[in-house]
Amino acid sequence: MRNFAYIVAHGPDDAFAADGVNQMPIAGGTELLNWLRLGIAAPADLIDISRLPGLDQIRRSGDRVSIGALATLNVVGEHELVHRHASVLSQACLAAASPQIRNRATLGGNVLQKTRCSYFRAETPLPWGCNKRVPGSGCAARDGNNERHAIFGWTDECVATQPSDPVVALSALEAQVEVVGRSGRRLLPMADLHVTQAEAKAAGRDPARTESRLATGELIVAYHVPVRARARSAYVKVRERASYEYALVSAAAVIELDERSCIGRAAIALGSVAQKPWRLIEAEQRLVGLPPIREAVLPVLRSAMSSARPLAHNRYKVAMASGAAARAVVEAGERA
Amino acid sequence: MNNSPDQNGPASATEDEIGLTRRLFLGASGVSVLAAAHAGAAAPSAQEVADRRNVQFRINGNSVSAHVEPRVTLLDYLRDRLHLTGAKKGCNEGACGACTVLVDGKRVNSCLMLTVQCEGAEVATIEGIGTPEKLHPVQQSFIEHDAFQCGYCTPGQILSAIACIEEGHAADAESVAEWMSGNICRCSAYPQITSAVLAAAKTRS
Repeated sequence: MRNFAYIVAHGPDDAFAADGVNQMPIAGGTELLNWLRLGIAAPADLIDISRLPGLDQIRRSGDRVSIGALATLNVVGEHELVHRHASVLSQACLAAASPQIRNRATLGGNVLQKTRCSYFRAETPLPWGCNKRVPGSGCAARDGNNERHAIFGWTDECVATQPSDPVVALSALEAQVEVVGRSGRRLLPMADLHVTQAEAKAAGRDPARTESRLATGELIVAYHVPVRARARSAYVKVRERASYEYALVSAAAVIELDERSCIGRAAIALGSVAQKPWRLIEAEQRLVGLPPIREAVLPVLRSAMSSARPLAHNRYKVAMASGAAARAVVEAGERA
Repeated sequence: MNNSPDQNGPASATEDEIGLTRRLFLGASGVSVLAAAHAGAAAPSAQEVADRRNVQFRINGNSVSAHVEPRVTLLDYLRDRLHLTGAKKGCNEGACGACTVLVDGKRVNSCLMLTVQCEGAEVATIEGIGTPEKLHPVQQSFIEHDAFQCGYCTPGQILSAIACIEEGHAADAESVAEWMSGNICRCSAYPQITSAVLAAAKTRS
């Protein structure tokens, strides 16, 4: 690991100096330290934002629950307000990483973790192409080992997925992300924080290296989760071992039931299928009026996958994702 | 804390650090003495000196005054500077849990924490848990349940287990399996580890 200067931020203004390349913010550091080891990042300065006052608070304010970006995954996952109003987020936080990592990892940093693509995560110098690491070097995963890669939104330049669990839950909850930067404060919908490779390309940006809509120096300071009195939710994470493992696919469902116990409203997001949480907007509308049982919802969710573009080795994700989404809807419906 | 400052007398600042036994270390009146000795012996370049930072914190009840480059992880500081080698460097990327220590009572991977981030913190390592004469109940329970083979992951397992029980996550085998999943055991002593944690939790309550 190359050495760097270490600066403690005393106010958010100190953190805006971070350009994300030469100066990077550090909070829990559970992801960033591995970037430094692998050569994914090599900043001259680390700006420690972990001691910024007040940013670890979780509180109810009116019709929303606000979660400070410095709240750790264990604190968010076990917080009474999150349990009560956003159980899908509680589940997603506690399904992430390990208890030790969750004691350090913050919700602010978690959503900005990078893909687990093993080509991307190689130590420099890279023995193969990765456009995220070395622009123009190619994408070894495009026609290589791509079992864990995207089925939506990818381009030939990059087929990576976003691996965060909380991202999926926050997206289905239609949370807003509060960011603060040099030009002020703004809110953006969780579903718009990340961009797929195809979206980046369409916007004329580097499809492999554009991962979010955060501007230089912008810092996530909080998440605002709307409280819906009748909403019930669940997170389903499918993985190769029962704990402490990244998702093959995951699904978050937030539903409301009508007086006949049928779905009155649904929001569903898939994880680890694209470089952003993948909302199933059309399917959500078609689920309205159906009972929250597997036989009823699975056909709708299966057809929602018709636009998937699996790679050579990840076709399994298509069926697995619709199955996970169906389970999430059913489990949400079973919740009190 | 078992290592009262006067028990074994202070370690000399001129002592060869590599030759220090764990017992001698535990008897040292303050680990800062050792850290200072090491800094002198390493004869760092002017550039390195300029880049170093002072950090004040506590390890196993002893005050520490560390003088480290920002890139030095807590794990490397413990092992390489203080020769507290109970915390193991298994994967050095937060995947195995062998480096687990407690920071302000919470279990963390010491390979994923910078020493400079420890300012003001209270760190507990396996060297500060129990004594050969009076083992910590979790250590005793690991022996009684044969909860290890090679022992490499055991210091991390024990610190993780202490926290797991303290957190209230040791109610049943399923909960222990989930909340101890951050500690990998290559010998796969998981059933015995689970039994040991459950028994220790029961004894405590």
